[in-house]
Amino acid sequence: MDRTGPAAAAMLMYRRDLLLAFRHWDQVAQPVVFFAMVTTLFPLALSPELGELRQLAGGVLWVAALLAALLGLEFLFRADHADGTLEQMLLSGQPLALLAIAKGAAHWTVCGLPLVLVSPLLAISLGVPTDALRTVMLSLALGTGILSALGAIGAALTLGLRRGSMLLSLLVLPLAMPALIFGARAIDMAIQGDAARGPLLLLAAMLVLVLTLAPPAVGSALRISAE
Amino acid sequence: MLRGISVDAGAGDCVHVAGPNGSGKTTLLRVIAGLLTPEQGSVSWRGRSIGSDRDAYSASFSYLGHSDGLKPEFTARENLTYEVGLRRKLGASAIDETLARLGLGPSHDQPARSLSAGQRRRLAMARVMLTAAPLWILDEPFTNLDHAGVNLLSEVIALHLDAGGAALLATHQPPAIPRHAVRRLDLA
Repeated sequence: MDRTGPAAAAMLMYRRDLLLAFRHWDQVAQPVVFFAMVTTLFPLALSPELGELRQLAGGVLWVAALLAALLGLEFLFRADHADGTLEQMLLSGQPLALLAIAKGAAHWTVCGLPLVLVSPLLAISLGVPTDALRTVMLSLALGTGILSALGAIGAALTLGLRRGSMLLSLLVLPLAMPALIFGARAIDMAIQGDAARGPLLLLAAMLVLVLTLAPPAVGSALRISAE
Repeated sequence: MLRGISVDAGAGDCVHVAGPNGSGKTTLLRVIAGLLTPEQGSVSWRGRSIGSDRDAYSASFSYLGHSDGLKPEFTARENLTYEVGLRRKLGASAIDETLARLGLGPSHDQPARSLSAGQRRRLAMARVMLTAAPLWILDEPFTNLDHAGVNLLSEVIALHLDAGGAALLATHQPPAIPRHAVRRLDLA
C-alpha cells in the first residue's frame, strides 16, 4: 500500500481546510469585517483629529485585531468534531502535531492574513504615517500567528465543552497579552519615527516559542477531547 | 462498564459484537480503536501493545463509527480524496470505481449533505474500503441501509475476509456474511 507521507498529509489537510473555508464565506469575512468596523468606530467616538488618533493607533489596531482573530478560533476544530472527521484524523496514522500545524496554518491564512492585508488602510484612517505601515503589517502578521497557535491549544482543550467559546477567550487572551504589549509598542515606536526592531524581534521570538510548543499540545488536547 | 472481556481476531476472522443497547458495544470498539483508554487491560496488535506505536497501529485499521465522518460541504468524491488521501495515495479512478460499486456513481459530484442517510453510510463504507487496511472496525455499519445495501455491504465484508482481512462488527441483527462463519461476542 502506498502510504501518504507526513508532509503530503499536512499539505492535503491545509488544502482541505482552505477549500472548506471558501465554502463558508460568511465565516471568513466575519473577522475582517469586525476588525474594520471596530477600528472605524474609534474616530467617531473619540475625535476625528488625526494627531490624537495617531497616539492611540497602535493600541486600537492591536486590540481590534486580537478580538477579530479570536472570533474565528472557535470554528477551528468544532465542525470536524461534530461530523466525525476529527475522529478519522486522529486515526489517520499521521503525526497529529503536523496535522495541527496544517490546520493552524489554514486558519491563519483565512482569519489572520486578511487582517494583516487590510491593516494599512485602517492604519492610515487612524493617522499612521506611511513610513510606519510596514511595522503595522509585520507586527500584526507575527501577532495573529501567535494568536492562531495559542488559540489552537485553547480550541482543542474546550472542544468537548458546551459554551466553550467563553472559556476559550478566558484561556487565550491572557496568554496573548505579552504579544499585545510588544506589538502595540512596535507600532507606537514606528509612528514616532524610531526603529521598532526590538519589540518586533521579541514578537518573532514569541511566535517561534508558541509554534514549537503548540503542535504537540494541540495533538494531546485533541486526543483528550475525542475520548 | 466492561469487565472480563477478551476477544481476538486473525486473518479471515469476523467477530460480531452483540448486546442490548447500552451494553458497551461502541465503548469496546472505541477502546480497540485506541480512541478510549481502558482503566485496566490492554489491546495488542500483532503481539505489541497499541500504545507502543499508535500511529503504525492506526494505519493498520479502518474505523467506521456512529457518525459517518464525512464533510457535508464536500462532494462524495472530495470527501474520499481528502479523508482517504490522509492515509494513502489514491487515484481518481479508484475513487470512481468504489463509488460505482457501492451504487454512488451518479451522486459523485453531489455534496454529502444532499445525500440520503443510507447513501452517506455507503459513502462512509467507501472510505473504509479505499483505506485498504487489514482490520475493519465497524460500528453499526448496516444502519440506514436498504435490503440491497445490506447484501452489498455483507459481500464487501466477505471479499475483505477472503483477501485475508479481519472485521469486528457491532450490530443488533446477526450479520450474514457470505462464505464466512461469524464468531459472536456477547456483552451482557
